[in-house]
Amino acid sequence: MSDDDIALSEVERGAGIVRCDACPVLCRIRPGRAGACDRYANEDGKLVRVDPLVLLAKPDLARVAFVEGSAAWRGELGKGEGAFVTGIGATTTYPDYKPAPFIVSSRHDGVDMVTVVTEGIFSYCGVKVKIDTDRYLGPEQAAVRVKGEAVGHVTTAEYGSQMLSLGGVHHLTGGSKKEGVVTCEALLALCNREAVELAIDGGSTVVVQADKPPIVNGTREERMRVGCGSAAIGMFAPQWKDHVDEVIVVDDHITGVLSEHQGGRFLDMKPAGIRVRGRRSTPGRYFQVAEPGLGWGGTNVSDPLEIIEKIDSKQAWPGLKLLMVSTTGEHSAWFELDKDLTPRPAAMPAAVRHVVDRIAENCEPALCTVLFMAGAGGSLRAGVTENPVRLTRSVRDTLTKVTLGGVPAYVWPGGGITLMVDVARMPEKSFGYVPTPALVAPIEFTLRADDYAALGGYASRAVSLDDVLRAHKVRVDEDGQ
Amino acid sequence: MSAIAARLSDGRLHLQHGPIDLIIEAFGAADEVERSYSQAVERFGDILPTLVRELPILRRCVTDAHPLPHGPVARRMAEAVWPHRAVYITPMAAVAGAVADEMLQALVKGRRLDKAYVNDGGDIAIHLTPDHELHAGIFATALDGVARLTFDQPVRGVATSGRGGRSFSLGIADSATVLAATAAAADAAATVIGNTVNVHHPAIERRPARDLDPDSDLGDLPVTVAVGALPPALVEEALDRGAAEARRLRLCGLIEGAALSLFGRWRLETAGMALAEGLAG
Repeated sequence: MSDDDIALSEVERGAGIVRCDACPVLCRIRPGRAGACDRYANEDGKLVRVDPLVLLAKPDLARVAFVEGSAAWRGELGKGEGAFVTGIGATTTYPDYKPAPFIVSSRHDGVDMVTVVTEGIFSYCGVKVKIDTDRYLGPEQAAVRVKGEAVGHVTTAEYGSQMLSLGGVHHLTGGSKKEGVVTCEALLALCNREAVELAIDGGSTVVVQADKPPIVNGTREERMRVGCGSAAIGMFAPQWKDHVDEVIVVDDHITGVLSEHQGGRFLDMKPAGIRVRGRRSTPGRYFQVAEPGLGWGGTNVSDPLEIIEKIDSKQAWPGLKLLMVSTTGEHSAWFELDKDLTPRPAAMPAAVRHVVDRIAENCEPALCTVLFMAGAGGSLRAGVTENPVRLTRSVRDTLTKVTLGGVPAYVWPGGGITLMVDVARMPEKSFGYVPTPALVAPIEFTLRADDYAALGGYASRAVSLDDVLRAHKVRVDEDGQ
Repeated sequence: MSAIAARLSDGRLHLQHGPIDLIIEAFGAADEVERSYSQAVERFGDILPTLVRELPILRRCVTDAHPLPHGPVARRMAEAVWPHRAVYITPMAAVAGAVADEMLQALVKGRRLDKAYVNDGGDIAIHLTPDHELHAGIFATALDGVARLTFDQPVRGVATSGRGGRSFSLGIADSATVLAATAAAADAAATVIGNTVNVHHPAIERRPARDLDPDSDLGDLPVTVAVGALPPALVEEALDRGAAEARRLRLCGLIEGAALSLFGRWRLETAGMALAEGLAG
């Protein structure tokens, strides 16, 4: 082929076509299109690598607005300090048979640091979802479904929150192919902070979106409970004491009864003789006063008087003032006993209303939080070092910092590199997928350059941050934390 | 950028040069396998440069004059597309399969291997011996089928054409997978069959190939850019057209079998062998 064949004609240049010289095929590429290899593309008349790298400015530095080609941002970020190249868009191969796409050297606080930037393909991955609600989502171990496919299960509840464990190899690749595809889609959406509707066997339907309130059976959850019923008694007993004869805090876990409770005894409150249903744990603390549900305090109760088993005529008295309230303050009712000791609804005194409002005020906003959890123990490590187990040990010894999209990951103790990270802190659209199905997530290993060489890293492959900025299309993320 | 050779962590050989991306695996005694890999690496460096020298001929539509390129890969391409010259076709329709065939030959030459394959981006050349078999998976949305390839069947090539791949198609198939005697033959036939999986509907967006890629061998032919929702009857019609072409090619002895997919619907054209087993159920 003569040189003339390589040169573009004037017409071609006029049409914005570029010639890629990355390989002998010498593709002519139209604006907005990629070459035969899909690795290089024509963007506005310039040859670029297709996948943008996402750059995070260091958290303690002001972010610089991204203006293509402008010296302002490049000058600021290109100094090598204050910028951190994330794995987003770094691309990788699976299994990882060659060094990670970017091994970037830079100096931080005078120490030569190396960040190995890649995108990991995580066959073993899933999300742990924490849903701040006491509403009943479903029994522990129940299947969680999307489009009818099991994508995970309900796991151990936490204080004020229901927990789901979604994804994992058994749903991704261990079941039917439809189950795998649906699971992968659901995980991808959750990790990219999109809303996903989950249906729980024998329970509720909940819309989950990272960093947003859950929507349980169509109702948006506003608040977490302030504590269990017993804790609420402990917190507010002194504030109620002068205005009430009895307070029952209705809660699916532990319902509290003020005058019997240690909190009421301490204030010398007189026993009111109102017995609630359920199983007494310790004085004034009752388990299982009702079934779990979407009513008061995460029970199935819509009329709170349902949980009153009896009123002891030896102890109770006409005119007794009773407050019933839920653990979020969302539900509350005021009663006075008539001469037959039957509770009658009455107008709640302002002083009592004030304390009910204070319960609500002390509740935190209900949120869904999505933690991505995955194992980086496989061949991914081979993209970082020729000696993979040394990377694992280096992470163990905290010589190597592991981040996903620039966000520090919690690395689970024990063998392997099993990590967790809050997807809400990661840059937008950090996750992708491969049809295996498995999720693709950015991952960066940062360590001292000398430590990197010691663990068998591809030190000779390290490029300077300046060169990365010059050679690659970068997206500066404004939203990162 | 020059050719790259690397070993995957599971021992397979990966070769890449420009748009050529090969995954190679040989089975047999360890020393024979290693020697076969050395032969493949040795052969690979020359493949793309030689091919590129003849690109102008290889991008030309095949007419009644048989193209006469010099390079071994280019010749395989010309030979593979020659039977299809009644429709618009260029040797480029068989480039991936021809590279796979050429590399397989280099891999196995003089070596005693149980079996081997060269996978060039889904177009696969296969080497088999008695009592050894290979399984080729077909992925559309997930693993949709497995073709079981045995020594006593004439299949030594598997290729898939369709949307989502790197090359343009005139048709709308999600995938057209073909089993044939060589990877080049399968590649050419998959292109032809993929082009016939087609109907007219406003939801199908097409553009002249040259508008997208000035170097495209398809010139001003309208290639499929996007396929929106189609009425179920049209999906069936498009698949029926492709199935008819696949049947014609099979009866001509050009292919051994084909599997076509569009929007989750499938058609099989087979004499009741490998593919039928894989895709049943």
